[in-house]
Amino acid sequence: MRRAAGQLGNLLRYSKPERQAAAGFFAAASHPGVEPMKRLKSVDVVIVGGGWTGMTMAKELATRTSLTVVVLERGPERKTSEYMAQMDELDFRRRRRMLQNIAEETVTHRHGIRDRAAPVRQHGPFYPGTGTGGAGEHWAAVATRFPADSFVLATHLRERWGAAKLPPNHKIQDWGVTYEELEPYYWKTEQMMGINGKAGNLRGKLIDGGNIFEGPRSREYPNPPHKRTYSMNLWEKAVRELGYHPYPRPAATLSVSYTNPDGISRPGCAYCDFCSMFGCMIEAKAQPTNTLLPLVRDRKNFEFRNHCWVRRVLHHDGKAAGVIYMDQNGEEVEQPASLVVLSSWTMNNSKLLLLSKIGDPYDPISGKGSLGANLTHQVRPAGGAGRILFNEPLNGFMGAGGQGMGLDDFNGPNGLPEDGSILRGGTFSGGGGGGSPLSSFGSIPPGAAPRNWGSQWKKAAVEWYDRIGAGGGYSGEHFAYKHNFIDLDPTYTDKWGDPLVRITIDWTDHEHRQARFAAEVLIKLTDAMARAAGGKVIRGGGRGRGDGRYRVDSYNSTHVQGGAVMGASPETSVVNTYLQHWQVPNLFVIGASAFPQNSGMHPTVTAVALTCRAADALVDRYFKNPGALA
Amino acid sequence: MRRREFITIPAKSVGGLLIHALAGESIPLQAQDGNVQLPLRFFAEAEARVVMAACERIFPGDESGPGATDASVIVYIDRQLAGPYGHDRYRYTQGPWIESVPEHGYQGKASPRDIYRAGIPLLGSDFAEVSPEEQDARLLKIEDSAFFDLLRDHTLEGMFTDPLHGGNRQMAGWRLVGYPGPVMSYRDEIERYHGKPYRREPKSLEQIIGHDVAGWEDEPV
Repeated sequence: MRRAAGQLGNLLRYSKPERQAAAGFFAAASHPGVEPMKRLKSVDVVIVGGGWTGMTMAKELATRTSLTVVVLERGPERKTSEYMAQMDELDFRRRRRMLQNIAEETVTHRHGIRDRAAPVRQHGPFYPGTGTGGAGEHWAAVATRFPADSFVLATHLRERWGAAKLPPNHKIQDWGVTYEELEPYYWKTEQMMGINGKAGNLRGKLIDGGNIFEGPRSREYPNPPHKRTYSMNLWEKAVRELGYHPYPRPAATLSVSYTNPDGISRPGCAYCDFCSMFGCMIEAKAQPTNTLLPLVRDRKNFEFRNHCWVRRVLHHDGKAAGVIYMDQNGEEVEQPASLVVLSSWTMNNSKLLLLSKIGDPYDPISGKGSLGANLTHQVRPAGGAGRILFNEPLNGFMGAGGQGMGLDDFNGPNGLPEDGSILRGGTFSGGGGGGSPLSSFGSIPPGAAPRNWGSQWKKAAVEWYDRIGAGGGYSGEHFAYKHNFIDLDPTYTDKWGDPLVRITIDWTDHEHRQARFAAEVLIKLTDAMARAAGGKVIRGGGRGRGDGRYRVDSYNSTHVQGGAVMGASPETSVVNTYLQHWQVPNLFVIGASAFPQNSGMHPTVTAVALTCRAADALVDRYFKNPGALA
Repeated sequence: MRRREFITIPAKSVGGLLIHALAGESIPLQAQDGNVQLPLRFFAEAEARVVMAACERIFPGDESGPGATDASVIVYIDRQLAGPYGHDRYRYTQGPWIESVPEHGYQGKASPRDIYRAGIPLLGSDFAEVSPEEQDARLLKIEDSAFFDLLRDHTLEGMFTDPLHGGNRQMAGWRLVGYPGPVMSYRDEIERYHGKPYRREPKSLEQIIGHDVAGWEDEPV
C-alpha cells in the first residue's frame, strides 16, 4: 500500500496513543510545516457520504442555492444500467457484493466494558452500503414513519409509568422535535420517493385497512399499495381473524408509474425479487441514483466525487475548515469548505468526529460527554414460533423487498401487559417473499430425514421447497442505555491505520421480555396463518435472535442508531434539532446517528425527513446569517 | 506456476457446447471414452476427485433427480476457491487473532482455501474409490467440522447458483425444484398464481441479457 507523505502519512508512523494525540493536533491546527500533499480549491459545502441523507442534502442545497456543493463518496460509481447484469444471487445476495469491503474497514464488538472486543470479520449484523447512493441502492425500501410518541419518548414514559418504572441505566431522551413538526418533511420525503401505502390515520380520522396506529397524516400516501402475494393475503386473513389491524406495509418501490414533484418519473415495480441487496434495474425502487442524482448531476455548482475516503474533519477555533481524504490512488487530499456535512452512516459519523477530536467523547463510567452515546439497534423475537408447512408452493421468488403486510397492534405502547413489565413493543410483518432456492432450499419437516444432507434429505427438501414459511417477523423498539455506546478500538485498525469503531452493546432484561412477548404473539400469528392456509405448524425451531446475548455473527438489521444524537440541550446531545453540531456551527451531522433511540419502525424515511428539515433551516436561515440555529 | 491440473468427468454430464463456458477458458477439451477433462484453477486433480465424490454424497444424483456431479458443483467450488472469496479478500483479516465468544462468529485465521486444504485429507485419499456407505461414514465423522459446513454450503450453492459461476449446469438444480431463474417481471403473474405453482422453462442471467457476465471469482487476486 502506498503511503501518502502529508499530514496523515506522518500519523501512520506513530504508535497508537501518539497517533490519536497527533490526529487531534493536526486536525485542530493548520500546522505550517506539515501541509497535505494536495490542497484543493475551497468549496462552499462538502458532504461526506453519497447515500440517502447526503444526497438529499446535496440536492436541496445545490438546487435551491448557487453554492458549490461537493459530495465525497468512498465507494464506486453506481448506475441503473449496471443493475440488470447483477441479477445474480450468488454474488449479490450471498456474497453481498454491493456492501462496503469489510477487509478494509469493519467495527469491533464487546458486550460490556470489561470484555475484550473482537472484530466483525465477515458481514453479518448489518449491511453498510458503499458507492453512489450508499445503502440507499441495495435497501429493501420499507418506508415507514415513526409513531408520533417516539419523538417524546422520555416524557411519554414518565407520564404513563413514572420515572421509577423505567429500566435501570436507561438513557432515553426526547428528540427535541415533535411528530407534528416533522410531518411536512415526512410528506415531502414520501412524495420524493413515491412511497406506496394506505393511510390509517388521515388528520385524526381512523381508516380501516390502513395502519390506524400511525401518527396523523396530512395526506393519503402518494401511491396505492403494492400488488399482493399469496402469503400477504393469507397473513392478512389470519391476522384479521385474530381481531388485529393488518395494513399493507409502506414501501419506496413504486406500485404504479409515478412522477414526483421534482419531475422524476419512474415505473411501477415488476416484483422480480432482485430487490433487497440489489440495485433496481428499472428504477421502480427509489434510490439516490434514480431519484436525486439526476436533479444535480449536470449542475455547474455540483460535483460527485467517487473513491474519496474521508479520514478527518479539519477544524480550528470552533469552526470546521474542510476535510482530508484519501483518493483512489492513495493520495492524501485536503478539501477546504465553508460548511461540512457528515452523512457517512451511523458508525462512520461517530468515527470521524472521534478521530477529528470534535466534541466530548462519552464516558460510560462518569456518564459525561455525549459523542458515541445512545447506541441502539432493533430488538428481534425470541424463538419458538416455528414454521408452517403449506400445501401449495408460495412462489416466494416473486416480490419486492419492501412488499408485505404490517401489524402495529403491539407497536409503541399498544397491546402490552398492564403490569408495565414491557414498556414498548414493536412492529410485526408478514407475507414477504424470499423463496429462491439459493436463499431457502433445504428446509424439511422434522423427522423427514436423519440428517441435513444425503439422499433422504434431498428428496424431502425438493418436495418441501417453497412450501415452508414463517408466520411473521418482528422488529422491536430499542431503548438507549448508559452501557451501549460507540468509541474507538484500541487494537484494530482500518486500511489506513485509523482505529476501528468499537461498539459496546448487549441486550438487557427489558429486551429479553420484549423478545419473549413477541415470540408469544408470533405463535398466535403462525397458528392463525396455518389455519388460513390449511397448513400445518411445526412448533419449535430453536433459539431466536432475541434470545441470549447480542450477536454479530448473523443479520440483525442495518438499522443502527445513535452516537451523534440530536436534542434540545448540548448537555445530552451532539447536534441540535437541525442536526447542527452544538460546538461547531458550520458542521452538520445527519442520518440515523442523530436518533436518541430507535422506534419499532424502520429508520430511512425519518432520517431523510430530518435531513429535509435541516436543509430548510440552512437555506432559509443559516446561509443568510451563519451561526447557531438553536 | 504449478502444473495445470484437470478433473476427468463423464462427458454426458457436461454436454457439447457448454464446455467452454463451464471452464471459463477457451482451451480444447479432450473427450476420451465418453469422458472429458476440465482444467482446474485451485484443486489438484486428486483433491478434486475427493471433493467431487463428497459433494455427490451430500447432494446425490438419484431417483429423486440430478445431483452435484450432474450440476458440475466441483467446477463451481474450484472457481470460488481460486477467486477473491477463497482468498478471503473480502473478510477482515487483520490480527490479533483471538478466541472469542460464540456471538462473534468465525474468528479463525484460515481462509476457505486453507480449510479445504486441511479438510480434504481427513476424508482419505481413496475417498472417491470406496463404497457410498464408507463415504457416508467418513463424512459423518467430520460432520461437526468447519470444513464440512463449507462443503455443504458450497454444494448447495453449486446446485442453485446462476450457471455463470460454473455450477447448476444446464440449470439442473433450478429444474429440479421448478425455479425459473432471474425473471425481469412478474407484474402480470404475481396475483394470478396464488396457491398454485408457477412453472416455466428456466433461463440463466446470460440468456436473459444476451451477453456474458463475469462472476466475482474472475476478479484478479
